[in-house]
Amino acid sequence: MEDLLIFLQQLINGISLGSIYALIALGYTMVYGIIKLINFAHGDIYMVGAYVGFFAITKLNMSFIPALLTSMVLCSILGIIIERMAYKPLRNATRIAALITAIGVSLLLEYGGMLIVTPQPRAFPEVFPQTKISFFEGKVYMTNQQLVIFAVTLILMVLLQFIVYKTKTGKAMRAVSFDKDAALLMGININNTISATFAIGSALAAAAGVLVGIYYTSISPLMGIIPGLKAFVAAVLGGIGIIPGAVVGGFLMGIIEALVSGYGASTWRDAVAFGILILILIIKPSGIFGANIREKV
Amino acid sequence: MQKILNKRIILTILVLGLLYGSIQNLIVQGKLNPYYEINLLLIGINIMMAVSLNLINGFTGQFSIGHAGFMAVGAYTSAVLTVKLQQPFPLAILAGSLAAALIGFLIGLPTLRLKGDYLAIATLGFGEIIKVVFVNIEYVGGASGLSGIPHITTWNWVFFLTAFTVVFIKNFINSTHGRACISIREDEIAAETMGINTTKYKVMAFTIGAFFAGAAGALYAHYFYIIQPNTFNFLKSIDYLVMVVLGGMGSITGSVLAATALTIISALLQRFAEIRMVIYALLLIVIMLFRPQGLMGNKEFSLSILERLGRGEKHGSVSSK
Repeated sequence: MEDLLIFLQQLINGISLGSIYALIALGYTMVYGIIKLINFAHGDIYMVGAYVGFFAITKLNMSFIPALLTSMVLCSILGIIIERMAYKPLRNATRIAALITAIGVSLLLEYGGMLIVTPQPRAFPEVFPQTKISFFEGKVYMTNQQLVIFAVTLILMVLLQFIVYKTKTGKAMRAVSFDKDAALLMGININNTISATFAIGSALAAAAGVLVGIYYTSISPLMGIIPGLKAFVAAVLGGIGIIPGAVVGGFLMGIIEALVSGYGASTWRDAVAFGILILILIIKPSGIFGANIREKV
Repeated sequence: MQKILNKRIILTILVLGLLYGSIQNLIVQGKLNPYYEINLLLIGINIMMAVSLNLINGFTGQFSIGHAGFMAVGAYTSAVLTVKLQQPFPLAILAGSLAAALIGFLIGLPTLRLKGDYLAIATLGFGEIIKVVFVNIEYVGGASGLSGIPHITTWNWVFFLTAFTVVFIKNFINSTHGRACISIREDEIAAETMGINTTKYKVMAFTIGAFFAGAAGALYAHYFYIIQPNTFNFLKSIDYLVMVVLGGMGSITGSVLAATALTIISALLQRFAEIRMVIYALLLIVIMLFRPQGLMGNKEFSLSILERLGRGEKHGSVSSK
């Protein structure tokens, strides 16, 4: 019984962590689906999102929801700028060239950010007073921060589902990711569609950044590297380019990580995440939800 | 043909000898202060890293961004041999290199089936895993690192090993095996159709690259007294990637020049670490946007270019000889 309760507790922690990975992974997967680029800078947009949220709350005295929205809007603009300046000229270049550029953009955001906001970590303000909801006589509990994370993630995912499947932009996005040239022939504005994808992905990452600020209460300019990579692993795990795959992958990553740390191997948790990635890449590179595609000459 | 080759070899040896002699002379006379010496040795180590990474990324067309992981394996293996087991330095270097090569082989075998960006992420993952493994081994000091490593690396060691690395990789590329590697870069499917065992050559390039990274790691460990897992992180791998990309993917002399230039630039910007990284970031972006093949492309800088320039000829192809 005791073991089961510990397991339940780690499951709750894992799902809240997983929500954050899932939000970041969605951006990775959407961008990869549409232009086949691993947007290395995505993890850093999440960092920028956290900082925007931080300044909106501390300097502009915003409450949680307006700060979240500000952060999402500013980061989607940032996402569009990055796409237009750095990735668009390389759309017909080799994928390696695009990947190197993405690494460059990522470093630029990290260290440019360091120059602007100093490398010191900052304490994220406590937006919600810490209260716990207990189950099983307090042996398993859930903080209200975790509750907020679940709620925001759920709302954003429903919203994303709506945008992708019920709006014209979403239809265009699906068309471009299916076949870029055919979409162009059908009169779809590819450039705007790709920009929209970056905007949506970046907005989700920004939301994840603000949520992580609330959850871990500490933010720093390099905070995006490891979660970014893990979210990428999550996207690959679920099948890159597939939206539900990113969500499932994100939750799985979060739960696995929480279980690894919960059972006393927290120093190994990064290695476990990358180990999963390598296993997936070797066994089934198309991920859980992916179909195997034969390579054509 | 034979005559030109001989002349070239003699010239190369002369130039290298002159370089070695003049710096050795400065060191013996004590005219080189420690600051310059550190950077001189770092240039050598970085050249080894950049050239060996270029074999994987530039010549074979694979994309590894976990090169610092192999350096870590070489550094730790050699340091354990000298510190814990009191073995001689040459043996330690050899063992470090072989250990890195072995890890490179084991990693390469499954991952090189992956292509392009997937391979990049897998190598990144392995680089991080190697780091985490060292953090968790108490025998080598865990996260605080292995200290008390004897200071054995000298200019002699660095110079001759760097020269050996460059010469070895250059000759490898001009051999049958190297040509096979280049054909994989140009078109993997076509290479396979022509009967080239692509997996074999990819793994071979990866293993050789890892071997020299291990040697560079061994030299590094025995110069700086202490090694920590965090020294060999993702950013370190990026440093070498920038050198290869800047110099030109597929140009050994490009890597040598870029490694030298970037080592000097980082030394000058040592106190402004953030600005250094911003410059690196901008370099990567600008090169990819305006000159994706790197400064040298896949051309080599050689004495025959100078000869041609002297005779007023333009656009000489180096590889035609």
